[in-house]
Amino acid sequence: MSETKSIVIRGATVVNPDAVFEADVRVVGALIDAVGDALEGDIVLEGKGCYVSSGFVDLHTHLREPGKEEAETIESGSRAAALGGYTAVVAMPNTDPAQDNVATVRFVREQGIKANLCEVMPSGCITVGRLGAELVSYSGLADEGVTLFTDDGSGVQDEDTMKRALVSARLANVTLAQHCEVSSLTNGAVMHDGACCSSLGVPGWPALAEEQMVQRDIDLVRATGAKMHFLHLSTQGSVQLVRDAKAEGLPITAEVTPHHLSLLDELLTSFDPNFKVNPPLRTAADITALKDGVLDGTIDAIATDHAPHAGHTKEQPLDQAPPGMLGLETALAVVNTAMELDARKIVELMSWNPARIAGLDMRHGRAIAVGEPANICVWNTAEVWEVSREGLASKSKNTPYHGMNVRGRVRHTLFNGQIVVNEGKATR
Amino acid sequence: MKHFLSTHDLSVDEIVQLLELADHMAEINSRAVPKVPALRGKTIASVFFEDSTRTRLSFETAAKRLSAEVMTFSASTSSVNKGESLRDTIETLGAMGVHAFVVRHKSSGVPKQITQWTNAAVVNAGDGWHQHPTQAMLDAYTITRNFGDKESMAGRTIAIVGDIKHSRVARSNIDVFTRMGATVVLVAPDALLPSSIETWNVSTASSIDEVVGHVDVLYMLRMQRERMDESLIISMKEYTDLYALTEKRAARLAPHALLMHPGPINRGVEMQVDPSEVPGSRILQQVANGISVRMAVLFSLLGGEISPVASLGGDA
Repeated sequence: MSETKSIVIRGATVVNPDAVFEADVRVVGALIDAVGDALEGDIVLEGKGCYVSSGFVDLHTHLREPGKEEAETIESGSRAAALGGYTAVVAMPNTDPAQDNVATVRFVREQGIKANLCEVMPSGCITVGRLGAELVSYSGLADEGVTLFTDDGSGVQDEDTMKRALVSARLANVTLAQHCEVSSLTNGAVMHDGACCSSLGVPGWPALAEEQMVQRDIDLVRATGAKMHFLHLSTQGSVQLVRDAKAEGLPITAEVTPHHLSLLDELLTSFDPNFKVNPPLRTAADITALKDGVLDGTIDAIATDHAPHAGHTKEQPLDQAPPGMLGLETALAVVNTAMELDARKIVELMSWNPARIAGLDMRHGRAIAVGEPANICVWNTAEVWEVSREGLASKSKNTPYHGMNVRGRVRHTLFNGQIVVNEGKATR
Repeated sequence: MKHFLSTHDLSVDEIVQLLELADHMAEINSRAVPKVPALRGKTIASVFFEDSTRTRLSFETAAKRLSAEVMTFSASTSSVNKGESLRDTIETLGAMGVHAFVVRHKSSGVPKQITQWTNAAVVNAGDGWHQHPTQAMLDAYTITRNFGDKESMAGRTIAIVGDIKHSRVARSNIDVFTRMGATVVLVAPDALLPSSIETWNVSTASSIDEVVGHVDVLYMLRMQRERMDESLIISMKEYTDLYALTEKRAARLAPHALLMHPGPINRGVEMQVDPSEVPGSRILQQVANGISVRMAVLFSLLGGEISPVASLGGDA
């Protein structure tokens, strides 16, 4: 066995919760060994002009395995994650079979360990088969390390089922994450129900469908005292509801996706199914409200909702194509291009907060300091690059950003002290 | 013009020019032998993923009068039934040598999507609730030629009655009529109007009685019974009470007013009067004009560099 080599990240600006400062960072084995000036090491990673921070954590990743390996595998998705600066992702449970049982959850975790590109944290379903009826045993999956439960792709429609789920979740000390959508209001929906939708002649996805479930769940959180995380909020009304609920002191967190901060519903005038997503792209007023929510802390985390779909499925008519878009490899750049955020805020939204919400904060989302786990990324906010679907590591190509120029890029990613991304390229 | 997908792609000038070209086509159609060699050697594929009689026949007749070859495809008797994808269908037909696809599909946007899989011209023959641009052209042609002002509908009031929300005809016509200067009034129950109607340059009325006495054009849409059943919007009785054209209402039309309908007519539903008894009815004229207008569209797309009138044998 060879001697463990030390890695030095040279000349970057360290972003920590309590301070932002220039320093070299040395990693030996799986831990940070030194933070200081003029450090020496066996391998040197250039960090000039970059920030170095804890690796990003994605609360919302669809890895498609098991069940839809033609769209993505845990390995290809993990590589996309590493390239996006992520050292941990929460794998959504809408696989086939669904992640409502110990065997499937273990399979997902083990495939992640095998790929060894980032930590793959399986989430669990709220209800068996995501059918919205029978509750999953949260404590049973919590024993497997699952902390976050969701029926993502659909919301739990029935009030009583959701209330009982929250009571059980509280007992098991896990967090439920809701995809807020009253399905009876979105039957056949294709895009945001607004002026553009009326003009294009497709069934609309009203903001009300999201906001009604946000409101209902806030009421249920108040009634049960359980924790709740809101997935991919997309409307002005939702942001205000969550803002008010937080002011009341309710144990609620919320995420927003890079695409809901950057893309308008009007892009659907192209009828390109790569712009179809659930919840749908909304209006300029919604984008402004979501940005305000990010800035004032109503929104806790940026989450990608990375949703690969095989090419042929996105070549169907818009009303038949499945919703979803890639996000892992473009998240930092898209958010940085859409908003003026300082480095500390970016790390808070993409690493510290999501790590805490997912219960991953023993290993991820921590300070750059001696003795801490070396789950790190090195990134900048200045580099301009053009997104190309061919250049992405994901097995699917359904990025909505193809051909667009974005600003900010991940240079290096270290997972468990190993270099998985070097100068923007995956090392394995 | 590479494709003919949506009225929104055309300026008013382009619309006016196209209608002028349709005048030439109408002249050809009036001849004893209504056929010219303008598109000889061109192949036009008529690709109807959704059933249609009149639009398909109208396009195919238009193509034949210009001497184009017509390749006919209908989804109900094709490999689409065997699960062939849209892309594969278009690429396969394209490989046979097609200069233009005339496409009808039940999903909005399909003609536009198809343009990425072929170098041929694509003509939208109706997509979902989105657009039916040749219908708008033939309706604009019918209105302007009847009123004698070929370039404008300024000062005209046009009422469109029926299920606006689910109507591609309405979307195309509202765009063309308003941009040509007409005042458009939509007559429909709220549930059959699109949700953002306030962003359209139109007004609304809640019964046909409010408008019938003072419009220049009464444009009736086909009411689809299945829509009513599926959404339980309003009962058929209530609908016909407020929105059907009865004999009594037709009698209130101004002497110069036109009655139009894109067909097929639902007798006893939105049309409770025999249109042949209404002096202002231009419903059959619309059908005849459809051929001339579609000839103009196909010729604009495939007719090449030479001046239209010369290559059409205008001196024949």
